[in-house]
Amino acid sequence: MRSIVFYFQVHQPFRLRRYTFFDVGRSDAYFDDEANAQIVRRVADKCYRPMNELLLRAIEETDGAFRCAFSVSGTALEQMALWAPEALESFRRLAATGSVEFLAETSHHSLAALFDWDEFDLQVAAQVRRIEELCGKRPTTFRNTELVCSNEIARRAEQLGFRCILAEGADHVLGWRSPHRLYRPEGCERIKLLLRSYRLSDDVAFRFSNRGWDSWPLRSETFADWLRALPLGDDLVGLFMDYETFGEHQWVETGIFAFMARLPHEVLARGMRFETPAEVAARFDPLGRLDMPWPVSWADAERDLTAWLGNDMQKAAADVLWELGRDLRARGDAELLERWRKLTTSDHLYYMCTKWFSDGDVHKYFSPFRSPHDAYIAFMNVLDDLGRRVRGRERRATA
Amino acid sequence: MVGWEFPPHISGGLGTACQGISQGLAHHGVDITFVVPHRFGDEDTAPGVRLIDPGPPRRPVTSIADAPATGETPEESASAGFAPREARAASYETVAVAGDPSIANGEESPTVLGALRVLGIDSSLRPYLDAGGYAHMVDNPSEEETSSSTAPAAASYPGMPKSLRPYLRRHAAATAVENPEHAPPEVPPEVSGSLSDSDALVSTTPAPTSPRPLEPVSLGLTRDGRYARDLFAEVARFTLAVGELAMDEDFDLVHAHDWMTYPGAILAARRRGKPLVVHVHSCEYDRSGDGADRRIVEIEQAGLDAADRVVCVSHYTSGVVTSRYRVDPSKIRVVHNAVTQRDQVEELHLEKAIDEPIVLFLGRVTFQKGPDYFLQAAARVVREEPRVRFVLGGTGDMLPTMIEESARMRLQRHLSFTGFLSGIDVERMYALADIYVMPSVSEPFGIAPLEAMALDVPVIVSRQSGVAEILEHALKVDFWDVEEIANKILALLRQPALRRQLVEDGRGEVARMRWELRGQLLRDVYTEILGERAAT
Repeated sequence: MRSIVFYFQVHQPFRLRRYTFFDVGRSDAYFDDEANAQIVRRVADKCYRPMNELLLRAIEETDGAFRCAFSVSGTALEQMALWAPEALESFRRLAATGSVEFLAETSHHSLAALFDWDEFDLQVAAQVRRIEELCGKRPTTFRNTELVCSNEIARRAEQLGFRCILAEGADHVLGWRSPHRLYRPEGCERIKLLLRSYRLSDDVAFRFSNRGWDSWPLRSETFADWLRALPLGDDLVGLFMDYETFGEHQWVETGIFAFMARLPHEVLARGMRFETPAEVAARFDPLGRLDMPWPVSWADAERDLTAWLGNDMQKAAADVLWELGRDLRARGDAELLERWRKLTTSDHLYYMCTKWFSDGDVHKYFSPFRSPHDAYIAFMNVLDDLGRRVRGRERRATA
Repeated sequence: MVGWEFPPHISGGLGTACQGISQGLAHHGVDITFVVPHRFGDEDTAPGVRLIDPGPPRRPVTSIADAPATGETPEESASAGFAPREARAASYETVAVAGDPSIANGEESPTVLGALRVLGIDSSLRPYLDAGGYAHMVDNPSEEETSSSTAPAAASYPGMPKSLRPYLRRHAAATAVENPEHAPPEVPPEVSGSLSDSDALVSTTPAPTSPRPLEPVSLGLTRDGRYARDLFAEVARFTLAVGELAMDEDFDLVHAHDWMTYPGAILAARRRGKPLVVHVHSCEYDRSGDGADRRIVEIEQAGLDAADRVVCVSHYTSGVVTSRYRVDPSKIRVVHNAVTQRDQVEELHLEKAIDEPIVLFLGRVTFQKGPDYFLQAAARVVREEPRVRFVLGGTGDMLPTMIEESARMRLQRHLSFTGFLSGIDVERMYALADIYVMPSVSEPFGIAPLEAMALDVPVIVSRQSGVAEILEHALKVDFWDVEEIANKILALLRQPALRRQLVEDGRGEVARMRWELRGQLLRDVYTEILGERAAT
């Protein structure tokens, strides 16, 4: 029986304000609280709360047969606690149904796995605690920021005790193989690899409202037929997407909510079932090994790291950022460390992306800055200030 | 005077110079009617200038400079009888009296003898625009709210040099046909023989005995009351408005500042048979090197040819004007810029929040200003002296490249960017700096180093600048010699005695560069021309 595995990503970064050179050494107000509060409230109203209600109803109507997974970044949890507590409450209700798995990730939606393993372990541990608090269960599945995965990252997750890790089902990794099976990353002994079926996922996440698409308008019956029609042996289908697909990227007017409300029934009516990543990982054995020597992500056409580390500005910013982190941890100033961690959120580097001509418009859409250069200026000024604070406190302590 | 920016909000630029020149002239008893392109509706962007009733004009020099003037509050606008844009008969309004603050406060100042009146012409022109920049501005309503695809309603342009006509005429036809009663006004051909030159007038109309006022509706704004879409169309629109305004004003000569104002000034001078002075603050070749826009060069050429006198801001510029534009050296006069004296320098010395010394570049981040040489010098300095912070301040078309280049050069720990700075932030930036560097590739004058020196900041200036001609107490370099720029920065960082010497002596040097003195020189130029006129 074929399993459909939905996983939704919930994330909000702490966006920076336009922090200028004159603020360096003077102001510690790095983040635009007003904009951050406004955005998380808007997304809670348009997406989190209505969609959570819809999924709760689907679980009820199917007596728990509809199942899915969430990963909610620590920064998103913190913002909801601050500014949209009713959304947090509705995630708790979802967790209480027993039909929803919450995954582990890095607490600050960071790229620590590429720069600093100690920090990676710390952020994962922090997130595991947060998820336990939210749903009472210790997560056993790991998904790294932006689905960035490699042999090495999978091995680290295995060492931390995770049984399943998610990754992009990228063509250049799979070759002729199907994304609809379970694999084992090269160099790992126990952990299982669950892949994103990017074509089917993107039919919902990106193409749903595209009137130029020959399958527009997509009906839930049609989509369920597609899932049913996959070749024999394609035992599971990973449909991974941003939760904001529902109500933010695809507006309510596109019919995305009606589509999603109907889909569980159509899937079940065609003899398929829903499972969570932990459930499929327990039930299936890996078909074979998959080699990911270089990190693969779910972003842009390249499925690589160039959205965050593609240009010189991004590399320069990352250098300064991660060097500062090692200094800070050695000194153990909890307040400054938490500020720094909010800067490790990958979105800050994403805003500096200059791939204007293919995927750049997507970057631009999400950025609070008018240009990648403005994003770089503000970010570097903040790092400059934070570095000064770190050194300043040390001087005072030794004086 | 046809000029720019009252009050100036781009430091070191045309606006600052125009303000200084007006104050200097007023000091010597010259009455000035200052005509500026001015965006009505932007009034809240430049505080400090209040609208006052100018009263009846005396006999001012009509000076044409280029800079948006702004400042009155909405209530004051209303009380001064600002009509809605559609209803305004004329295309200009008195926006402010600037210059000496005591004038703006409505008090007589004993030191200022001339009267200064500012008339704003509703236009989106700004200094330093090129055709691409203008198009970007009107296409991005978030930055500049108005645009229009309609060419200005227009008249023919008798009296205009032939080389300018194509730019003006292509926006002219429509209205004349649709509104025959507003057909091209008759304009007197040039009155004085001294004005005549190769661009012979083609007007077949005999000269009327007295100038006839124009129908305001046929001039000024485009038919839908908005700004033109293309830079040259907007210049044409501005030109017509200046030409119309000239018929209502009383003046002895016209003085214009940089190319966008030249056509209007020529028209004003020709219509009233008055002499023309053009003031060269920079040329297209300075701004763009060999990538110069031919259309702009032609307008500059026409202005320089039509002028009775060409005032250059430096000998350097006078050289460019004679070699590139073949202007007769006998009609060139060099009047250097000066610096507006401040009374409260102390207040600007805010507490520095950064320990290491700051080396500052501040200006438009464009080819002309040489920001790339600043970066290269910075890279050399930090190899020797890592405890230093370079700041690249300002914005411009080269900023994105500079940011990327600095990241490529791994300068991120030593270099900060500020983006656009305005008003008080410019002064704060100078006040925070320990060294100011102006590595300009081609700088007709360059007021910025003087402003830095006035705030006790030692300066390193390019020899390819006008200001280098008159500065003694500054370190001078060739802009391309980045080793030497780095060397001098390191010297200032490591030798406090050198620094102290430059600051002490520089303070006195700048204090002697007063606009009042330049005003005297300009007044002498006026007297000379008017004397020649009287003699013929």
